[in-house]
Amino acid sequence: MIDIIATFIKQAIIQGIPLLYGSTGEIITEKSGNLNLGIPGIMYIGGISSVIGAYFYESSGVDLNPVLCVVIPFFSALFGSMLMALIYSFLTITLRANQNVTGLALTTFGVGIGNFFGGSLSSLFGEGGSISLIRTGECFKATFPFVENLGLFGKTFLSFGFLAYLSIVIALVASWILNHTRVGLNLRAVGENPATADAAGINVTRYKYLATCIGGGIAGLGGLYFIMDYIGGAWTNGGFGDRGWLAIALVIFALWKPKHSILGSILFGGLFIVYLYIPGLSRSSQEIFKMLPYLVTILVLVLISIRRRREDQPPASLGLSYFREER
Amino acid sequence: MAEKPVAIELKNISKTFGSVVANHRVSLMVHEGEILSVLGENGSGKTTLMNMIAGIYYPDEGQIFVREKEVSIRSPKDAFDLKIGMIHQHFKLVDVLSAAENIVLGLKEKGRYDLEKVTEEVRRISAKYNFDIDPKKKVYEMSVSEKQTIEIIKVLYRGAEILILDEPTAVLTPQETRKLFAILRKMRDDGKAIVIITHKLNEVLELSDRVAVLRKGEYVGTIDTAEATESILAEMMVGKKVTLNIGRSEPNSPQDRLTVCDIHCMNREGIEVLSDISFTARAGEILGIAGIAGSGQRELLEAIAGLQYVDHGQILYHDPKTGKDEDLCRKKPMQIRELGVRLSFVPEDRLGMGLVGNMDIIDNMMLRSYRKGHSFFLKRKDPRTLAQQIIEQLQVVTPSATTPVRRLSGGNVQKVLVGREIASSPTVIMAAYPARGLDVNSSYTIYNLLNQQKERGVAVIFVGEDLDVLVELCDRIMVLNGGRITGILDARKTTKEEIGLLMTKTEERAVNE
Amino acid sequence: MNKEMKQHHEQHLRISKRDHMVFWKSWLIHVTAILLALLVCAFIIVLITGYNPLEVYSSMWEGTFGSARKVWLTMQETAMLLCISLAVTPAYKMRFWNIGAEGQTLIGCLATAACMIYFGNRMPVYLLIPVMFLASMAASAIWAMIPAVCRAKWGTNETLFTLMMNYVATQLVSYFITFWENPVGSNSVGIINSISKGGWLPELFGQKYLLNIIIVAILTVLMFVYLRYSKQGYELTVVGESENTARYIGLNIKKVIIRTLVISGALCGVAGFMLVAGTDHTISTDTVGGMGFTAIMISWLAKFNPIVMVLASFLLTFLSRGAGEIATALRLNQSVSDILTGIILFFIIGCEFFIQYKVSFRFHKKEVKG
Repeated sequence: MIDIIATFIKQAIIQGIPLLYGSTGEIITEKSGNLNLGIPGIMYIGGISSVIGAYFYESSGVDLNPVLCVVIPFFSALFGSMLMALIYSFLTITLRANQNVTGLALTTFGVGIGNFFGGSLSSLFGEGGSISLIRTGECFKATFPFVENLGLFGKTFLSFGFLAYLSIVIALVASWILNHTRVGLNLRAVGENPATADAAGINVTRYKYLATCIGGGIAGLGGLYFIMDYIGGAWTNGGFGDRGWLAIALVIFALWKPKHSILGSILFGGLFIVYLYIPGLSRSSQEIFKMLPYLVTILVLVLISIRRRREDQPPASLGLSYFREER
Repeated sequence: MAEKPVAIELKNISKTFGSVVANHRVSLMVHEGEILSVLGENGSGKTTLMNMIAGIYYPDEGQIFVREKEVSIRSPKDAFDLKIGMIHQHFKLVDVLSAAENIVLGLKEKGRYDLEKVTEEVRRISAKYNFDIDPKKKVYEMSVSEKQTIEIIKVLYRGAEILILDEPTAVLTPQETRKLFAILRKMRDDGKAIVIITHKLNEVLELSDRVAVLRKGEYVGTIDTAEATESILAEMMVGKKVTLNIGRSEPNSPQDRLTVCDIHCMNREGIEVLSDISFTARAGEILGIAGIAGSGQRELLEAIAGLQYVDHGQILYHDPKTGKDEDLCRKKPMQIRELGVRLSFVPEDRLGMGLVGNMDIIDNMMLRSYRKGHSFFLKRKDPRTLAQQIIEQLQVVTPSATTPVRRLSGGNVQKVLVGREIASSPTVIMAAYPARGLDVNSSYTIYNLLNQQKERGVAVIFVGEDLDVLVELCDRIMVLNGGRITGILDARKTTKEEIGLLMTKTEERAVNE
Repeated sequence: MNKEMKQHHEQHLRISKRDHMVFWKSWLIHVTAILLALLVCAFIIVLITGYNPLEVYSSMWEGTFGSARKVWLTMQETAMLLCISLAVTPAYKMRFWNIGAEGQTLIGCLATAACMIYFGNRMPVYLLIPVMFLASMAASAIWAMIPAVCRAKWGTNETLFTLMMNYVATQLVSYFITFWENPVGSNSVGIINSISKGGWLPELFGQKYLLNIIIVAILTVLMFVYLRYSKQGYELTVVGESENTARYIGLNIKKVIIRTLVISGALCGVAGFMLVAGTDHTISTDTVGGMGFTAIMISWLAKFNPIVMVLASFLLTFLSRGAGEIATALRLNQSVSDILTGIILFFIIGCEFFIQYKVSFRFHKKEVKG
């Protein structure tokens, strides 16, 4: 029994990690007042960029260095997803385009790129067939060598690849920056009331750009984790599914606080797979379980609007572009 | 007494916005360790002038000297570097952040960010000047006076030696005002130069060392408070009577049309904005409402129009047809119309409330009448005719009737709005600042329209700010001051000084509270 | 905020809100943007495939208009996209950011499919079709009404709410698929009533899609008329432009919000009805296939004008069908159409800036102190 629970927790964490990356990235973005609905696309791009990076490295014919096996896809993912966030930033901040429309277009674009290259990378540049980057996947999955000796605890909590721990570190660091540094203070002010922030001498445009691009980069790592660690280095079209939207749901569930999203991600991850662990559950009720994260999020959303506690509200200028009116 | 060192000196400062002259060759001087009041009516250019010292605007002409050195202040940051801080009327605070966080927002201090240290420093400043503030309290939980305190601390935290306060008492209760004055005196004794922008005579006399008076963008003069009295100041402020030649006919057998009995209203924060308001508006008469901006004029008109919740009281409409009385209090605009009350309302906010900027003139014509009839569809025939009529009769300058009103100039926008409101052949017209921002010709068009309505037997309620206009246009003038009526005068007999005093003086009762 | 600070920070570039732009100029900007986008797309195609982009574009044309069947398919897809775009428009015009059209349509599909499965072989056609029609409209209207009520009552953020509702709808469909799957174990519903054709929309003049297209054509005109000439359309425009004005004229804002979303949802229901009864005769979580999101962009790009939406829907359908054709011809993946769509959208979204704002360059001149 305890074994089952341990496996369940472990699987829940595994499922939760891409969501955690996505939601941390989106929280940072939203704190600057940008509602980036392109996050699902950005996460796809994060995944495919890492695949492309790893593919060229693996097929270059050199002896594979495990460090490079990790570094190349990692920075490819970061680069690709930050580039996407830059497109979004340019359109919404500099050109003041509608954030919803831009975000949705970005998602269409990102998912398209992901599925296109995922499906035709090898037929474009190689011998054809589906891509499998087992070597890279193994490097990402590598965990502490001593885990085997740590018993159940080790197996449950210490048997992940480094990206899993990184996601938690990033969420904690983000939480600390937001709440305990000058940069975080200024960022929150930008998302709440850009005109006031502007009057206080904060460069609103720069903060919005940086937060959106860094947030995009972090979200992209979620795609990287999914492809390289969870799947183990293969791409299946549409395999990433709705996780990007679930990450946005998690932002609300966590009330725009990265610290909350750590536990929230495990909870969401658990709901994603809990049907596998409840004996006698029919396939139909599985689908209801998968619905739960969204229902819970809606409930949270409605509750915070009824309670009107100011700390729990979305950043006040979320979704609006800022234009300093001249007189 | 030895002359104190000069903190700021302005020489011949001028500033224009488009064609509007906000300041014309103004010169002023503020010493260290003194409180200077800058006194003037609404629109006399006080705030613009001070904004140029705070780095919000840059003067077109003239020189600014700070501590006897000529300076160029191009941004609020420049002002801070010169140790100048301004507390604006509209606070610039982030609601969800705490007091301390708001105080350090945007500062680029060296060293680690430590909110505890900031809190300490805020406590130190607070202790020094007797501020009563919890640095950890969130702004959204604060009263207006607490928010103001934070703005002051924010400026002090940045090391300001010269403080400018824009109408600091406008939002405060008498007790809070007294506390603020005590703090300001303490700062003065501490050697700081303090400028307060105000139009309240009693405060000027109570607080300041010297008073500088502005009128219509021009500098009138500076006198020592010791030599000033309320009537001297009022005269400096309003100036000599100007004859405008707005025609005024004798009211033609006026009868009571609208009687307001003892109404009280609260705003969203639960502060009483109207109290004990009782008056009667008569058909065939223009009732002027005078008062400093924000004395309850908007709330009063909205209460009558059914847009502002009235706590208690009565608004009785005497129907000329049936002779019956209807209470309009707490009725929705729709219900008021269903009672057959033809009430027209020209709100202060023309494009945000009275008209829809992105709609064309025709569509704006039917804003208040489109519901007529049971058809599912709109009837644009009448509005189209009406639009054409208004364009011709009021000489609205527009490419066509299908031009969005947003693209018209201010005067033409107002003609469209007033034209529409008059076209519904009302029995009561309420107009808030209908000539604000209009050129002379458009203003006269509006006054003439109101006069015509009066002659037609309409009860006109006119909220104005230019006392010359009020005195020449209206039959009676009601003065509002802090949500109360301080007098209802016969416009033919009163003087601007009398109105000015009623507008600005604080009642004994309030001070003694 | 003010000229002086501006000069201080941006000495060379000055951005100001534009008052107005003449009709032809804004069209010129749009067309330029689309042409630029096609150029960028061509460049990318060459980069990836090495094919001549002209060839690629001509095969896109081929894919859209190559044969009578392809023309019908294009028209059908345009019609479906247009229908959902029409549905979201009244809400957008009211500035209610409903991004839940995907889910609202899917719920309509679900209701239609349920009627077909449960009543398909029991009810006479003249009763069945109206029942399906009404059921799907009602289901979608309720789906859209839930966030509208919360927004009207408590000010709940409608963007996030409607977004979440999409996935609840998806899961609801998956749930029902497990009951309806045919054959068992396939995890798909299969063609419903494939033999009896119960609940299938009739073919007009031998054309399967003609009825759908006619319905959407009628809806387009109706929506145009509704927004332009009806009192309700006028009211929702006023609410969208300024709630303060709505208050001033005594409108019940909550009522307008809820009523508009009910209409918006009901139209999504019509789209769902046509997708299942008139097109696919089956249901899956992919039945709507992202059209709900594309529709939002179409409505916004067309500035909420139903007639312009016809063009915008056609453009996007052309892209996706054309790109599908290249994908087959060049043995590439179908997703290339999403990429092209994305790029073109970026350009159209971006060009809006040059219509809304005026950018002027000027040389920095030092202010002379006087």
